[in-house]
Amino acid sequence: MAETTLPHYLLRNAREFPHQVAMREKEKGIWQQWTWRQYLDEVRDLALGLVALGFERGDKLAILSDNRPQVYWAMVAAQALGGMPVPLYQDSISRQLAFVVDHSDAAMVLAEDQEQVDKVLELKDDLPKVRRVIYDDPKGMRHYDDPWLTSFTAVQEKGRELGRQQPQLFDEHVSKGEADDVALICYTSGTTGQPKGAMLSHANLITAVEGMQTVEPYYPTDETLAYLPPAWVGDTFWSLAGALMTACRVNCPERPETVQANIREIAPHFLVAPPRIWENLVSEVRTRVDDASFMKRWLFNKLMPVGEAVARKRMEKEPLGGFQKVLHKLAEFFVFGPLRDHLGFRRIRSAYTGGAPLGPEIFLFFRALGINLKQVYGQTESGVTCVQRDGDVSLGTVGKPFPNVEMVVSDDGEVLVNGPMVFKGYYKDEAATASALKDGWLYSGDAGLMDPNDHLVVIDRAKDVTALTDGTRFAPQFIENKLKFSPYIKEAVSFGQDRPYVAAMVDIDMENVGRWAEKNRLAYTTYTELAQKPEVYDLIALEVDRVNRDLPASTHIRRFLLLHKELDADDEEITRTRKVRRGLVSERYADIIAALFSKEVATVPVTSVITYQDGRQATMETTLAIRDVGAVLAEA
Amino acid sequence: MTTECHLDIRGVSKHFGGVQAIGDVSMQVNRGEIVSVIGPNGAGKTTLLNMISGFYHPDSGSILLADRDITRLSPSRIATLGVARTFQNIALFRGMTVLDNLMLGRHVHMRTGALSAMLRFGPALREEVQHREVVEDVIEFLDIQPLRKQPAGALAYGLQKRVELGRALAAHPQVLLLDEPMGGMNIEEKEDMARFVLDVNDEWGTTIVLIEHDMGVVMDISDRVVVLDLGQKIAEGTPDEVKEAPEVVKAYLGTQAAS
Repeated sequence: MAETTLPHYLLRNAREFPHQVAMREKEKGIWQQWTWRQYLDEVRDLALGLVALGFERGDKLAILSDNRPQVYWAMVAAQALGGMPVPLYQDSISRQLAFVVDHSDAAMVLAEDQEQVDKVLELKDDLPKVRRVIYDDPKGMRHYDDPWLTSFTAVQEKGRELGRQQPQLFDEHVSKGEADDVALICYTSGTTGQPKGAMLSHANLITAVEGMQTVEPYYPTDETLAYLPPAWVGDTFWSLAGALMTACRVNCPERPETVQANIREIAPHFLVAPPRIWENLVSEVRTRVDDASFMKRWLFNKLMPVGEAVARKRMEKEPLGGFQKVLHKLAEFFVFGPLRDHLGFRRIRSAYTGGAPLGPEIFLFFRALGINLKQVYGQTESGVTCVQRDGDVSLGTVGKPFPNVEMVVSDDGEVLVNGPMVFKGYYKDEAATASALKDGWLYSGDAGLMDPNDHLVVIDRAKDVTALTDGTRFAPQFIENKLKFSPYIKEAVSFGQDRPYVAAMVDIDMENVGRWAEKNRLAYTTYTELAQKPEVYDLIALEVDRVNRDLPASTHIRRFLLLHKELDADDEEITRTRKVRRGLVSERYADIIAALFSKEVATVPVTSVITYQDGRQATMETTLAIRDVGAVLAEA
Repeated sequence: MTTECHLDIRGVSKHFGGVQAIGDVSMQVNRGEIVSVIGPNGAGKTTLLNMISGFYHPDSGSILLADRDITRLSPSRIATLGVARTFQNIALFRGMTVLDNLMLGRHVHMRTGALSAMLRFGPALREEVQHREVVEDVIEFLDIQPLRKQPAGALAYGLQKRVELGRALAAHPQVLLLDEPMGGMNIEEKEDMARFVLDVNDEWGTTIVLIEHDMGVVMDISDRVVVLDLGQKIAEGTPDEVKEAPEVVKAYLGTQAAS
């Protein structure tokens, strides 16, 4: 029979690869594993347990957990019953959590541990629709006697009992599932207003993965790591739908902090990571090399440029010189091979980066090491739709759409997507659905263009592309991304709409600037103090100047300042996927922005309220300096 | 909670030269209780802990662990009876990994000899696997999975304290003696540590004797508090009772309140 829903694929895998490992999770220092048959058993027990608790077709199961096998079992279990999982960001603060759980009409919540249960319990009065809260990790839960709570194992126990009485029940539920049923409600992180729940059907998820498979096939022997937030659609794409359809193995890390070590142990065949992780890896390698013995450092510094030159030539599809080939072989043997092994990329076929552009140096670094790093592109509403093809990778693009994706750039420069993977609409939000879906086309909201080789280049969010007072087109994110390529800049927000010039607020990268300060014997105590050092301003001014060289003169950054705090998702200034909420930031930092555009003002006082994760608030007062970039250049 | 007396200290005294560190102190700790010993610097708190763990022997008086006289036993003997401790100044093997430090905590339970342990076969290997399991429980309990292979000396101070607690826990103690477990920590680290102490007590029913200067923590987590001053016990009772006791206010809290 043809598989039309994800639970169908689970049944198929349990039938065809019953004894093959489907999933692993490191616990107590050992990789525990589940075969496809065990995967099915876990899902069946859970699903029937949910039935016993009164979960019905069309009910939603909110999931609040790190990447654990239980998360994926719960997703498939809900789907098997004709319900929908609603994954949430693990670090959501109460208000965000309350909104999504309530808006999605979740009947039950799966919470990972005591910490998450506490968050949900605190909101109990605001969540009248939630009938049950299921917790996974029993640690510290002994004294919780709220009848609202049930443990994961108790639910499964109930399910086993029901399964004994009605052995056919699970299969009956699964067979009722249809391709067009909603399989997932994925709340967009939303840079404006409240999050919206994108409804993706089984067919959407399945065709999206099929599209990927025509370009990048995965095999049942492939390993990957599930460590990105389950609430991010990419995790569902790879760790759930992708894994079920291709029967590859999903490994869950021991802890979020051990991901890097776990990658090395697993040596995945394909892996997706946001730019932040690739950047961290580069700085880690560089730090290690700095600490290495003279010989190793010498080899690395001599051979790395060879790798980069080769990677560059390959991207431009130019032939390699004979001597270069020999050198590259040497580099491969002495440096790149061992380094790949050390990073856990010994077996990697495809490494993906997505979510935001990756700095060209970082991109080149990995390609030089012989790691096939490629840009992917997609959105919550359609899953992944573009990937750079092997042998056709170039800097700055996100590659070509999958064969089953129709993609055009509208006359206004907006990327439009059509195909079977395009979502069914936003849950309970017809207005938003109507503006995103027109005649079957998904209006992505991204401004982009097709380069001469038919590769998509994403510039910015379409609505953010505006103009300076003199009419020059201004794409803030384009400038910000260039700034963020600097290791010293963590976050940047640029302004220029209806202004005479471009100015930016910058968040320094505490770790890298801190290291730089240490090297330069600069004493500091706090983030704020470090950020306000004139020397740090000089450092960032050089970075701004570097960015300016790449920009047309009319959009040069003329003034910038370093913020006293990092933009924080808990303060709702950025989303959980690190996208700036421009409206809110402009409002909250109105004084600073006004100062940036008053030429005579050199400092600006700020008071800010910080919200901690537990909801407490604190106020900070300080003065921020503003730097004229032109002035620095004049001095230098 | 049972009221079975777990640790019975009967009129112990200890002199160092002419200085009386502890003079005729009696106290009882019931099974499963968290008892804090507080007092100004030099009150004799650490000396008292050292006598319980057998590091010092009292000049007079006796100490009973579950009705068994342990007054004159050696520290290693007392450790095998289920008493573990942490130190005011962190006492980890700085060059060894966290994992090895924790495995050392299992030392009191290791049976196989050095030779077979080195060869790692048969019973020695089985035993090591068992000990590793216990240690992994502790690692999970304390949330230090990322630190297994890190040298203990390279860790941040608060984490070293946590590892030290872990080493004591690895011994699966009946009685846990903690000497200023939150000393030198910031608020967040203190809260974490207080949480762990409560969890240990809750999860395994471990009897805990705690020396601590942070009054907030002491009052929060203790079932009872014993106050020492100049080697004498001047008060004892629930946190609320102790807070009110005039002797205590005068000797200890009074100076705090004034400052």
